[in-house]
Amino acid sequence: MSEQLALRSARVVVTRHWWVIRGANPWTPLVEGLFEPFLYLMSIGVGIGTLIGHEGRVIAGGYSYASFVAPALLATSAMNTAANQTIWGTWYRLQFEKFYDSLVTTPLTTTDIGVGEAWAATARGGLAGICFLGVIAALGMVHSLWAVAAIPAVVLIAFSFASAGLAVATIMRELHHNQYVQLVMLPMFLFSATFYPLSVYPTVVRDVVAVLPLYQSTVLARGLTLGRVGSDQVIAVAYLAVMGSGALWFACRRLGGLLAL
Amino acid sequence: MDDGLFCSCVILRLYCLISRDICNRAVLVANLAPVTALVEARGLVKVYAPKDRKSEPFTAVDGIDFTLHRGEVFGFLGPNGAGKSSTMRMLSCVSPVTGGTISILGMDAATDGRAIRSRLGVVAQDDALDNELTVRENLLIYGLYFGLSKAVASERASELLQFAQLEERAADRVSALSGGMRRRLSIARSLLNRPDVLLLDEPTTGLDPQARHILWDKLYQLKQQGVTLVLTTHYMDEAEQLCDRLVVMHKGKIVAEGSPRQLIEAYASREVLELRFAVTAEAAPADKIREADLCHRLEVLPGRLVCSTDDGERTLAGAHRLGIRPDSAIVRRSSLEDVFLSLTGRSLVD
Ligand SMILES: Nc1ncnc2c1ncn2[C@@H]1O[C@H](COP(=O)(O)OP(=O)(O)O)[C@@H](O)[C@H]1O
Ligand SMILES: [Mg+2]
Repeated sequence: MSEQLALRSARVVVTRHWWVIRGANPWTPLVEGLFEPFLYLMSIGVGIGTLIGHEGRVIAGGYSYASFVAPALLATSAMNTAANQTIWGTWYRLQFEKFYDSLVTTPLTTTDIGVGEAWAATARGGLAGICFLGVIAALGMVHSLWAVAAIPAVVLIAFSFASAGLAVATIMRELHHNQYVQLVMLPMFLFSATFYPLSVYPTVVRDVVAVLPLYQSTVLARGLTLGRVGSDQVIAVAYLAVMGSGALWFACRRLGGLLAL
Repeated sequence: MDDGLFCSCVILRLYCLISRDICNRAVLVANLAPVTALVEARGLVKVYAPKDRKSEPFTAVDGIDFTLHRGEVFGFLGPNGAGKSSTMRMLSCVSPVTGGTISILGMDAATDGRAIRSRLGVVAQDDALDNELTVRENLLIYGLYFGLSKAVASERASELLQFAQLEERAADRVSALSGGMRRRLSIARSLLNRPDVLLLDEPTTGLDPQARHILWDKLYQLKQQGVTLVLTTHYMDEAEQLCDRLVVMHKGKIVAEGSPRQLIEAYASREVLELRFAVTAEAAPADKIREADLCHRLEVLPGRLVCSTDDGERTLAGAHRLGIRPDSAIVRRSSLEDVFLSLTGRSLVD
């Protein structure tokens, strides 16, 4: 009963964000979410793929090299879109606008607000991912019916990064802390087996990369679009679910401390 | 057309109207009958945790008690930093109390926050409007936050736009509104859930005189409709005009309580005589007045002596007899401002 109420209240926060998007241009966020990964796909997936030729096909298990890169970019697009919503959007509203001060005087609780923010960001990230999935499917870079399961998978990826971003937003005090965020996000994108398999690394580096959330997301997405599903994908699902809910729990607690002074 | 039928229809309609009116009145009487406390605060304390290791915990509200009744306008009067906003935030069940208890509408603020908030209207000190939405959307979404259906929220939004005189601005972004309009929207928004109690934190601070007067009219209108209002202010005229009862807060404590009239009677003399001098020479006449015991209380300000007295004219005559020749002299009735200043001091320290 109280959970139901909480979800209903959290949904209103999502409605609010939707109204803001609707009032501006609803297509902008989608284009934003698709544009960057598409450029990577064309330049590295197709461009470099042509250059490396056969080697690329070996990595992709017989398919084109672009098919190997595409699911990693799928995971990245869900990640970036979702995390940006909370790391920047929520953070800005928390720091510079009195936005949440007017929400906490309504029946909404700080947990409703946290859940609503994560939900809205998950929706944006998930939607960007699903659209990108459509793009790579249309380009013939999807090779299995398992790809249908990639739809909930990108939503899960979006959720875990939306929540992680929310947690970051509740900790980050100053604008220049965004450097640290960049310092994590960019290397993670470059080295999470995005463009080549983990096997190129020495064992120590492999272990480090394997615990990165984007690596786990990539494993999940790649397994599904290439039709190679096994225990790794189950582990990835568990990893992302635990990370997402843990981060959300933490973020809601922090929000309680920040807003209920 | 059957006239008889028509007639009986009209009579039936009339009967319905009248009986409904009687019903309403009965409900109204039932609501008013027990004069129970709407809000009861006992030993209320708010201590803010230190921001960093070096600073100390800060006691913003230091053990205050008050009781609010249905239909009254209650004011917290105090200089900046007195703890008014902290008290209001605890009342609105946003800020947890450090000590003491608040019971609101028969519920405990510590445990029933969500239920209490659903029946309160809150206008925060800074309007905290949703700058990314339009004026109308600000009202609609607030209705949804309170769990109203879209249809109900939409109907009330239209009514309240009219109340706030913002119908023409309904489709504008909030960022395009003037300060007075923002405040009116903020008040309209707080009324969406038809609150039992409306909490307003410094509703007219920062507004120009016109906007203030419009706002007072609006608040007066609400008072007439029987809405219980709680407001904080450091404007005396506002407190005098609007409040049935008020408390004066200073440094986290309540230093006086009563109606504006009672406070003036209790804490100020009947009249005040102000003598103005050139800024250079004020010490000598002050001493003379003190020696002659011409007034209850004498305040020495740059270029000005303020004497609290029962009869200003007589005091002035006395001053003349002492050979004091002020540049100008004013006799006026004591106001709440005199009460305020005598209770909280001249300097408005933050
Ligand atoms: N969140 C906070 N943390 C620490 N101190 C605070 C906080 N909010 C207010 N204060 C302090 O508490 C005192 C009372 O503040 P406030 O209740 O806003 O007073 P008022 O509304 O009467 O001006 C002030 O000295 C203020 O600096
Ligand atoms: Mg204040």
